[in-house]
Amino acid sequence: MSSDVGRPGGLARWLDQRVGWRGLMHEALDEPIPGGSRWAYVFGSGLLFVFVNQIVTGICLALYYVPSVDHAHTTVAYIQKEVWGGRFLRGLHSYGSSLMIVLLLLHLAQTFLYGAYKNRRELLWLVGCFLFLLVFGMSFTGYLLPWDRRAYFATAVGTNIVSEIPLVGNFVKTVLRGGPEMGTLTLSRFYVLHVFAIPALIIGAVAMHVFLFRRAGAAGPPVREEKGSELATEVFYPGQVFKDFVFGILLIIALGALALLWPVRLGPVANPADSTYVPRPEWYYLPAFQWLKYWHKGGLIIGIVVIPLLLFGALFGLPFLDRSPRRRPSERPVSVAGFFLVFAAVVFLGFQSGLEDRRDSAVRSKLQAQEKSEEEYSKAPFQPQEEGPMAGPVSASIAPALSPEQSKGALLFESEGCSACHGAGGRGGNGLVKLSGLGKRFTDSQLTGLLRKPLPKMVEGGMQPSELKAPDLAALVAYLRATMN
Amino acid sequence: MSDTLGGPPVGKTSAEARLLPTRRSFFAVLIGSISGVVGILMAVPVLRYLLYPVFRATGGVAWYSVGRADEFAGQGPFRKEVEVRRVDGWRALTSKRAVWVVRDGRNQLAVVSDVCPHLGCGVPWREDEGIFHCPCHHAKFGRNGALIGGPSPRSLDTLPVKVENGMLLVRYEVFRNLVSYKEVIG
Repeated sequence: MSSDVGRPGGLARWLDQRVGWRGLMHEALDEPIPGGSRWAYVFGSGLLFVFVNQIVTGICLALYYVPSVDHAHTTVAYIQKEVWGGRFLRGLHSYGSSLMIVLLLLHLAQTFLYGAYKNRRELLWLVGCFLFLLVFGMSFTGYLLPWDRRAYFATAVGTNIVSEIPLVGNFVKTVLRGGPEMGTLTLSRFYVLHVFAIPALIIGAVAMHVFLFRRAGAAGPPVREEKGSELATEVFYPGQVFKDFVFGILLIIALGALALLWPVRLGPVANPADSTYVPRPEWYYLPAFQWLKYWHKGGLIIGIVVIPLLLFGALFGLPFLDRSPRRRPSERPVSVAGFFLVFAAVVFLGFQSGLEDRRDSAVRSKLQAQEKSEEEYSKAPFQPQEEGPMAGPVSASIAPALSPEQSKGALLFESEGCSACHGAGGRGGNGLVKLSGLGKRFTDSQLTGLLRKPLPKMVEGGMQPSELKAPDLAALVAYLRATMN
Repeated sequence: MSDTLGGPPVGKTSAEARLLPTRRSFFAVLIGSISGVVGILMAVPVLRYLLYPVFRATGGVAWYSVGRADEFAGQGPFRKEVEVRRVDGWRALTSKRAVWVVRDGRNQLAVVSDVCPHLGCGVPWREDEGIFHCPCHHAKFGRNGALIGGPSPRSLDTLPVKVENGMLLVRYEVFRNLVSYKEVIG
């Protein structure tokens, strides 16, 4: 066996005997496609391509990103403005999320028009619909993470919409936000959903989707049933693999060009108190955004519960509702007409939203101003997050007012080196010995005695007997008693 | 047994066929090599991004103002606090550090750190004794910071200074303690 390794092809055989890769490659590459390879089939692989891009660039972003309200915006600005290639990689991730949506819709449309959900492919279709929701979940949760104005207010509106659902709405909103308001816990929740929970679900669902697809076999083009058996088959490799590959390269080029030519932006940090900000969601949520304008009060439940439930019910239940084996679009006019109707309505709503914003001059100028400030902020040089003694929780402003004698004691506390072992103001920290309760535990003369002649335990810890003159020592004691209670 | 990956063309012996490129192996080479090139191109921005902190110069050297140079007439020493700002990734930390403005051997202005080279206590000036006297373990330094006695392994550390537009500027550095030589550690 091991003597094989030296011969031509020996290593391949050695590995195959242990791994069985020839069998795996055969499984992967020799899947028969009725009717041969087509450009129409590239969208599924395209989605996988872009998903891998999202994983790689997402890991890169996580390297410098900190998911906390205090740091999120600064760290994204750091990635964007300081780190080499940061703006480009963030651009790939940001445009990649839009591209995922585009490809998802194309993949859905192709599968629907080809009737490829028929013939024992119900579960395959259902898992696909579940993935559809997960991808929208990714874009919704990821949008908040930069914590700029746009992100903050889009998510504030997005989560508020949830609360309009009768009975459970407010509860769901509070669960999503981690409280009644957007804040610290909201960002943590969205981060965990975006980086851990949803990606794990996506990977599992993709595995199931591919498994079910392979199990059912490629559906091939929609032709008359009697002609189906006459179709010549072609295996997956090389024809379809090459088409998928070319499409993947085009996607990479498109993403790279977008990220370079129209660099992604970051706006000023979110200010929840800014009530003048006009929020607008990302383009793929605009139709939903516009839709909500038409429903008020009593009709609201129809607009945000009944109709969406019916639509998603029809989408998920499609293979169960449309059970005839006929796949050609001309043979199932009702479902195809319904599909195009919904598609046209969604596109119309999206455009209508943009149109209304352009017609309303107040909104238009406000949106333009917001965009301009975003552009300016993106161009401004990076400002690191300033932290220092005054920025900490224990600032001079909350220290008690000191008498002249106590102030003198405060200076002595520093100049005598007390703070070297007891921290600034005797507050300890970093393994230093904190001074507290001095005023309650000791009288003036006891404190003076301890400073003149420390206890053996104190000397062991490095405490030196004080050599200060009596008035200075009295000032130091006054300071200790006043501030270290 | 037929090999499903690049099966031999009909009519050729298997020995001949192995030398001829098949449609399948042609695409394997094409896709493989283009993927390789694209992969390398994609790896460039990713690697630059990952290695940024390694090659980024450590923020340049910052000079902090101690005060007007003519403020320090006389022998001193003069206690001053400088606000030291250090950039650490996306954060900048500002902290107050005490320094002493002294006259060196040639009567030139010099700035020494107040950090005792022994165990790092802040060293105060004792006007009554006319020396720097560390309150922790009684290291003693002369008016210019030179070691006189006690457990310190070296004199108080002088910091780089320069005078610009009449202002005395200092570069605040931190040194390794408990050793007889000066080694900058931050």
